Amino acid sequence: MIETKSNITQTLLDQLQENAPKVTFMPDAEIISAIRYLEDKGIPNNKHEDYKYCNIEAVLRKEFKTVEQAFNELTNADIAPLKIDEAINLVVVNGVYSEELSEKMIVKGLTVNSLNQLSSSEKALLCSQAKSETDALIALNTAFSANGLFLQVDRNNIIPMPLHVIYVNSGNANFVTNTRSFINVQANAQATLIESFYNIGTAKVFSNFVSEKFVGENAKLTCHTFQNEGSLSYSVNTNQVKINKYSNYSNTTMTLSGELVRNNHNVVLADSNCEAHLNGLFISNGTQQIDNHTLIDHQMPHCESNELYKGIAKDKSSGTFNGKIFVRKDAQKTNAYQSSKNILMSDDATINTKPQLEIYADDVKCSHGTSTGKIDTEALFYLKARGIGEDSARKLLLQAFAQELIDKIEIPSLQERVLHLFEKAL
Amino acid sequence: MISIKNLHASIGDKEILRGINLEVKAGEVHAIMGPNGSGKSTLSSVLAGREDYDVTEGEVTFNGKNLLDLSTEDRAREGLFLAFQYPIEIPGVSNINFLRTALNEIRAYHGQEEMAAKDFLALVKEKSKLVELDAKLASRSVNEGFSGGEKKRNEIFQMAMLNPKLAILDETDSGLDIDALRIVATGVNKLKSKDNATIVITHYQRLLDYIVPDFVHILYKGRIVKSGGKELALEMEAKGYDEIKREFESSEL
Ligand SMILES: Nc1ncnc2c1ncn2[C@@H]1O[C@H](COP(=O)(O)OP(=O)(O)O)[C@@H](O)[C@H]1O
Repeated sequence: MIETKSNITQTLLDQLQENAPKVTFMPDAEIISAIRYLEDKGIPNNKHEDYKYCNIEAVLRKEFKTVEQAFNELTNADIAPLKIDEAINLVVVNGVYSEELSEKMIVKGLTVNSLNQLSSSEKALLCSQAKSETDALIALNTAFSANGLFLQVDRNNIIPMPLHVIYVNSGNANFVTNTRSFINVQANAQATLIESFYNIGTAKVFSNFVSEKFVGENAKLTCHTFQNEGSLSYSVNTNQVKINKYSNYSNTTMTLSGELVRNNHNVVLADSNCEAHLNGLFISNGTQQIDNHTLIDHQMPHCESNELYKGIAKDKSSGTFNGKIFVRKDAQKTNAYQSSKNILMSDDATINTKPQLEIYADDVKCSHGTSTGKIDTEALFYLKARGIGEDSARKLLLQAFAQELIDKIEIPSLQERVLHLFEKAL
Repeated sequence: MISIKNLHASIGDKEILRGINLEVKAGEVHAIMGPNGSGKSTLSSVLAGREDYDVTEGEVTFNGKNLLDLSTEDRAREGLFLAFQYPIEIPGVSNINFLRTALNEIRAYHGQEEMAAKDFLALVKEKSKLVELDAKLASRSVNEGFSGGEKKRNEIFQMAMLNPKLAILDETDSGLDIDALRIVATGVNKLKSKDNATIVITHYQRLLDYIVPDFVHILYKGRIVKSGGKELALEMEAKGYDEIKREFESSEL
């Protein structure tokens, strides 16, 4: 018997409710409306426009019928190999910020804490970008969010070293995590952030991550997302970002493994003269599915956005790039560029691309381009004609394809880590 | 060096090479001339192992091995080099990295160790001088943004680096001004030895003033219809290909 839509959602809700600690930091009203939305709409399946190629409901039905929430405790030894030397390493285990596992360092202007330590004014910002009524996965996270990470850079402060947040899931039977983070870079402040995602252990995880990020006036936030969650992980990662006047936000997402990785990266350019740069690279093999959905919302004039996403799909894997750009009526003199390039390495691999531009201002420059094809056989022949074997010739070409994105990682040891895994996956 | 016997090749059901016979010995330079569409590029592509063509008949022996049984990369590793008529641009792959990979894979095939980085760079320096290739081009992406002349010089530079037994120059003269032509030809001549051989494919006699062939063959409609010494090239230049066309048109049909 096939369970109906609401049954699957309801089963999940029941199981989560049974195991969940109370979400103390989330306003009750938010939790109530999140649950109401979930009960009403259900977890999205392929009939849902935004999840057409990414049927989350089917994943839950197939892989997470029973959810044990049997979490593993982790020690410093588990975390050590995940750290990045040049950075301050902060650790979030199964959605919960771990002070013990995080490196303690006093840096002027930096606050690192649990979400339940938010002040009331910060609390008011919670859910202001990640709205339950826009996406059932946000609602799920809002209703069941663990006590995640709060990170703030106070105005006028520049954090001299990268901040590395290690989000690690670990359980010993099927489990679901609702990890949340809240990142606030205040006016005139600057920070570089790395967010890494891992699943260690032997159990399957459905990881539902939501991060709200605020970049204040004339502030700069440079983010790197590193995803290497392995074949037992099914994850939805939602970034809701709001950037302000004269600010600069960038993110480069490197997806190196994960059975399902769905990234929703939504950026609101809320005031004039700010810029957003979203980049992504993935390589997928086996039956993996890697989806990047972006939404760039130009609301005010003189802003710029740039997107460059590349993917390499091997075997029976698949990928999606779906890039929406809104240019609102007031957003005159907007420059918005988007490009998605993909290489299919087998006849069974698929990649769907869908640029969507909605432009309501008349004085704007927008361009988008997508291409999906096989590896360049002429170039391959040229390399082979010089004595380079088929395998190394392919690798040379794929590395060349990925290089401009790998070059965007400004942190040497992270770049090395990405390069190493990328080469291994080729 | 290479012995081609009754080579037939087609693309789809179109037969392009229709029984080529050619014997090239070490130390020799052969020129293959012929009007457009006669199959010159097809011959070089088939020898290099391009997969678009089906060899339907004939055999090719290269240094005692059945060339047609070898993959493209193994042909190169055995010492066959094709200078492309249209060198491919490969953005993101540096010339240096490309050549180091090629050289080391060829060495590995012959059971030799990788070349030390220092020796490799010295070799790059020495060989780029040979074709007056700006050292900066060596570190750029393969052929990306190179002028036509630079691309052709880069082909000869690669040839110098890989030191092949048999080089096939496919219309290396096309699109070159006289200075570039002289540089390319000088490079090729300097690489000539009693142990290697060169096949020069060209439409025009001009290149053969600089790279003087021992033998000249006229290819027409997929066959070598005439062979001779270097004077045959001059004869073709003077008379044009029309006479060949008239002479062999009827017999070919
Ligand atoms: N890919 C192809 N598909 C179909 N016909 C081809 C292809 N390549 C070459 N030919 C045909 O084969 C013949 C020989 O071409 P080519 O070898 O390029 O001659 P040449 O180099 O002497 O000008 C021409 O008639 C050409 O049209």
